[in-house]
Amino acid sequence: MNFYGVKAIYNFEMSRMRRTLMQSVLSPVISTCLYFVVFGSAIGSRMGDIDNIAYGAYIIPGLVMLSLLMQSISNASFGIYMPKFSGTIYEVLSAPVSYVEVVLGYVGAAATKSVILGLIILATARLFVDYSILHPFWMLSFLILTAVTFSLFGFIIGIWADGFEKLQIVPMMIVTPLTFLGGTFYSIDMLPEIWQTISLFNPVVYLISGFRWAFYGVSDVHIGISVGMTLLFLFACMAGIWWIFKTGYRLRT
Amino acid sequence: MQPDISVKNLNKIYEGGFQALKNINLEINRGEIFALLGPNGAGKTTMISIICGIANMTSGEVRAGGYDIIKDYRKARSTIGLVPQELNTDSFETVWNAVSFSRGLFGKAPKPAHIEKVLRDLSLWDKRNNRIMTLSGGMKRRLMIAKALSHEPRILFLDEPTAGVDVELRRDMWEMVRKLREDGVTIILTTHYIEEAEEMADRIGVIRQGEIILVEDKSQLMSKLGKKELRLQLQNKLDEVPSELKTEPVELSEDGYELIYTFDSQQEQAGVARLLRTLGDIGVDYRDLRTRESSLEDIFVGLVHEQATKG
Repeated sequence: MNFYGVKAIYNFEMSRMRRTLMQSVLSPVISTCLYFVVFGSAIGSRMGDIDNIAYGAYIIPGLVMLSLLMQSISNASFGIYMPKFSGTIYEVLSAPVSYVEVVLGYVGAAATKSVILGLIILATARLFVDYSILHPFWMLSFLILTAVTFSLFGFIIGIWADGFEKLQIVPMMIVTPLTFLGGTFYSIDMLPEIWQTISLFNPVVYLISGFRWAFYGVSDVHIGISVGMTLLFLFACMAGIWWIFKTGYRLRT
Repeated sequence: MQPDISVKNLNKIYEGGFQALKNINLEINRGEIFALLGPNGAGKTTMISIICGIANMTSGEVRAGGYDIIKDYRKARSTIGLVPQELNTDSFETVWNAVSFSRGLFGKAPKPAHIEKVLRDLSLWDKRNNRIMTLSGGMKRRLMIAKALSHEPRILFLDEPTAGVDVELRRDMWEMVRKLREDGVTIILTTHYIEEAEEMADRIGVIRQGEIILVEDKSQLMSKLGKKELRLQLQNKLDEVPSELKTEPVELSEDGYELIYTFDSQQEQAGVARLLRTLGDIGVDYRDLRTRESSLEDIFVGLVHEQATKG
């Protein structure tokens, strides 16, 4: 195990975050605050409770998930895309590091950043809305599991992308809609039956539902199914990365 | 002694079917400076990329530092430092962090004293806290070398190290390469510049269209490659080469108005003076004279032609 190699990549990525504090921490925190102000305080005060939870508090898990997903993907995809773009990837490819170590470094750093960001957003939410966390252990586990899974997904996007447009397209065109339709702002019980069924094909539903369960003990789908689906997606991403390194796809010619 | 780099039957065929390397066999000895010459697109960088682990080979066997580059990739790659042709650097990191990153990546424990030495040797010490984007092109080139040396490799690849580098810096680099060799580092350098190979290398390999067409000791090759030509335009037509010049490598052009003297660079001082003196003595007047050095291109064409006629 090349411990120093993993540490070098991890530290490099973390220092990139410190350099871009405005973009990687401040901007998601501000946009989440705006959601809290608009949907939590302004509109939320006119909305009824959902599952006996005040609307402002109800949307917190979903909003944290929204940022967590977007940031995990963007951190990890940028992390591996930039060296490809600038050409510095040669050094990683020529170094005595295995692909597991490369992934540990890049994905580990991206997930760490997302988890820190998620916690900052949770703390910020406290300024606007009162909420409680019923299962703190599960909340943290879900946070970490989701951050890791979507950082892996972002890593795959970063390798697949051969231009900045492609780098943006998956988060914008796929992940954002899935998150908005994944029950951030509503319980899927509130949808017509046909849309409830369609929603079950949206992986984000399981993440948000499970995360909300950790907060309030209520969920759209059973917690076991949520955990199972998240793990399934995690393994799918791992398989994708294994294939990428095995074939050298877009890394080694 | 086993060679530091050993390449056996190496082939590289790209997806589109283009064969970049054709059955390459090459051995590079411990502690030598090996210059790989070849025109653009000959396969120099492809070969280096494969040895260093950046590109996959189609078939063959490559060892670095005695280790198979696939089965024993960790050990093989640990022995190698690579300075690629392109100036690929991060813009926002500092010089110190970038070089320390490289050392860590290659699995070595931090050793600030070594990083300091490398930066001092490359005149980058004063710039250690500067961001890379503030460096000049020449400094970036040296930074690339510092990164490659950060993990104390015993084999160093320099891919076109002096492309776009000014004369003074080029001299400094040659000096540095010699020093590294004294420390026992094996150096493989690619270049278009014949004088660079002449200045530095112990042995020279020529690659063309994916094939190694020649590997030879520098001194032997230089006598072959360093041909020069002196053309004298005569006042009066000659029917044949004057008998006094019969022993010299002199030819007469078809129209009889030009004497062509071919010599290699080692003989130039003595030979040209002697020829001109003799012409004066025997009363052959000339209007003009010009010398021409064989360009690298001529040399390649010559070598390939020679290869073809041999085969």
